[in-house]
Amino acid sequence: MADFDLDSADGRREALRRMVTIRAFDEEAGDRFADGEIPGFVHLYIGEEAVGVGACASLDSDDYIASTHRGHGHCIAKGLDPKYMMAELYGKAEGYCNGKGGSMHIADVDAGMLGANGIVGAGPPLATGAALSIDYQDRDQVAVGFLGDGAVAQGQVHEAINLASTWDLPAIFVVENNHYGEGTPVEKQHNLENLSDTAQAYDIPGVTVDGMDITAVAEAVAEARERARAGDGPTMVEAQTYRYRGHYEGDEEPYRDEDEIERWKDRDPIESFKDRLIERGELTDEEFDELRSDAEATIENAVEYAQETDSPDPTAAYEDVFADRPPELDRFANVARTDGGANGGDHR
Amino acid sequence: MTAQAELELETETMTVREAIRQALREELQRDEDVYLMGEDVGLFGGVLEVTSGLFEEFGEERVRDTPISEAGFMGAATGAAATGTRPVVELMFSDFAGVAMEQIMNQMAKMHYMFGGKAELPVTVRTTEGGGMGAASQHSGTVHTWIAHFPGLKAVAPGTAASAKGLTKAAIRSDDPVFVFENKMIYEQSGEVPTDEDFTVPIGEAAVEREGDDVTVVATQRLVGESLGVADSLEGDVSVEVIDPRSLYPLDTETIVESVEKTGRLVVADESPLSYGTHAEIVARVQEEAFFSLDAPIQRVGTPDTHIPFSPPLEQEVLPDDDDVRAAIERIA
Ligand SMILES: Cc1ncc(C[n+]2csc(CCOP(=O)(O)OP(=O)(O)O)c2C)c(N)n1
Repeated sequence: MADFDLDSADGRREALRRMVTIRAFDEEAGDRFADGEIPGFVHLYIGEEAVGVGACASLDSDDYIASTHRGHGHCIAKGLDPKYMMAELYGKAEGYCNGKGGSMHIADVDAGMLGANGIVGAGPPLATGAALSIDYQDRDQVAVGFLGDGAVAQGQVHEAINLASTWDLPAIFVVENNHYGEGTPVEKQHNLENLSDTAQAYDIPGVTVDGMDITAVAEAVAEARERARAGDGPTMVEAQTYRYRGHYEGDEEPYRDEDEIERWKDRDPIESFKDRLIERGELTDEEFDELRSDAEATIENAVEYAQETDSPDPTAAYEDVFADRPPELDRFANVARTDGGANGGDHR
Repeated sequence: MTAQAELELETETMTVREAIRQALREELQRDEDVYLMGEDVGLFGGVLEVTSGLFEEFGEERVRDTPISEAGFMGAATGAAATGTRPVVELMFSDFAGVAMEQIMNQMAKMHYMFGGKAELPVTVRTTEGGGMGAASQHSGTVHTWIAHFPGLKAVAPGTAASAKGLTKAAIRSDDPVFVFENKMIYEQSGEVPTDEDFTVPIGEAAVEREGDDVTVVATQRLVGESLGVADSLEGDVSVEVIDPRSLYPLDTETIVESVEKTGRLVVADESPLSYGTHAEIVARVQEEAFFSLDAPIQRVGTPDTHIPFSPPLEQEVLPDDDDVRAAIERIA
């Protein structure tokens, strides 16, 4: 089973730790981005932690996930190390992708993480493919494709669900309905009350759960996983959630007001889970503070590591285009580096 | 392996279609992780009958009919390749790559690189190209330049039955995404094909199909056979060397350059549109490496930047053929 699950006190504490770590990671990433230390685009997961962690709590460590452009939370939920994640955000050689991916593409296939993705809706076909490998080789795993509410409008998402459904593949599609696709509210993108209703078209179960409640997400995914492993095909789980931050860091958010954000914050996934654990007598306020300061220390160390570790050698730009390197890479890479010198060998 | 060495192996006469089918069969037998998928590849046997009989032989797990959803199954093949299996996808007509382009260009082509080399993508995409069947613009395109242009994708295009078999097998064994562009007009063309199960044509190796001294013709796909015919017909007047690059990316620059250094003249014959394409790449490399060996302007034979029209006289008008190759040779010889 998972390296943590919500059926045990240890698992619950680990889930809380992962949620807190995600928040600490993303708060820090936002600050470091604002300071100009992190290049590119950064999309934060703050407010949505219960979805990624809830889903991964019901997965085995060797199950696969395919993520979205908002992928930091999925990475931590899946057990990736914040140190190498942060190094990747900084574009460093020790990052998960050797500095070639950045925030939007963190991946670790060996850990079952098939990548964050810069293309909205591209993850579900990849998850269907991972489920195909699993099914083909009779492996006891499942593959989860995460997608946003906006991505539900993408054609390739429906092709992926249809294929997984037709072939009864062990796939789970988790829609993170955070109510906005960039600045456009979900109601303006879909004529459906519940996005999980789209599952009907594929004759697979579709459920909508409270995405601020980690238990609700975990239960739905656990059920989907059982179904998938029994050979009964995919399930669509829609988790209703909310992102506290702008679409990307720097977003001025003209499309929503503070009240709305505050209303969702009242149901904060971390606070509410923490309160439940305290009520059950599994956690004290002091222990929570400790857990949070540990998470903050972990992220601080990650930032320090990212700042200090080496940038890739520029020649690494020509590596890993292929598994089997073609001669073109030497031919053209050398020219690019020769300061406008004559190309080729015909100097007569 | 050179064309010469290939002929020293034991061979059998078969068509290009049979050669590809044989390659698929052998690779399905050799490696359990290899399976075929695509629209109508199963019971139907493939719209151009390449996979015919394989469904009966290997069953529906290994010869899989997909829904008609190119983006979905191209993406699934990419995800499957990244997670331990070796899918061989048939994309019914290469024009349909447009429907799946997102998964091809942003996922399949970039995953190995973006993940810092930490995902292998042993996916093979077989697809048909070319006009000549009256199939009109959406089923006759020659789009290999697009794919050859994308870093992260390899593109091969056989011109003979032997290379069709060898390249298909090499593509399936490759740990990189490889597109195999089959010209639909030469499926019936037959030739000697090595029967050895270990025979492959290494990706990135051209074949000198015919030796000559006066003009080098670099020809692809259908134009390989037609150029060989022209070379035979000019025997005694012009000595023509015919090279099939076989692999468009990577491209065997050396073999082509060596030939041009010998002949001093070059014709590049490829069915794709002439602007900004495969021809231009070959020409550029030759002028970089062998400019001072050239005795005449390089000639290009291709489709004059149109789509392929339906009506047979129109189609014949735009498709490059042996007459065009002959005219190009005569202009410079
Ligand atoms: C194919 C594609 N179209 C547009 C974009 C630009 N874009 C990036 S994120 C985004 C919104 C996605 O919304 P949703 O799927 O709801 O995810 P969320 O950002 O809410 O997590 C858009 C339009 C993109 N990256 N890819």
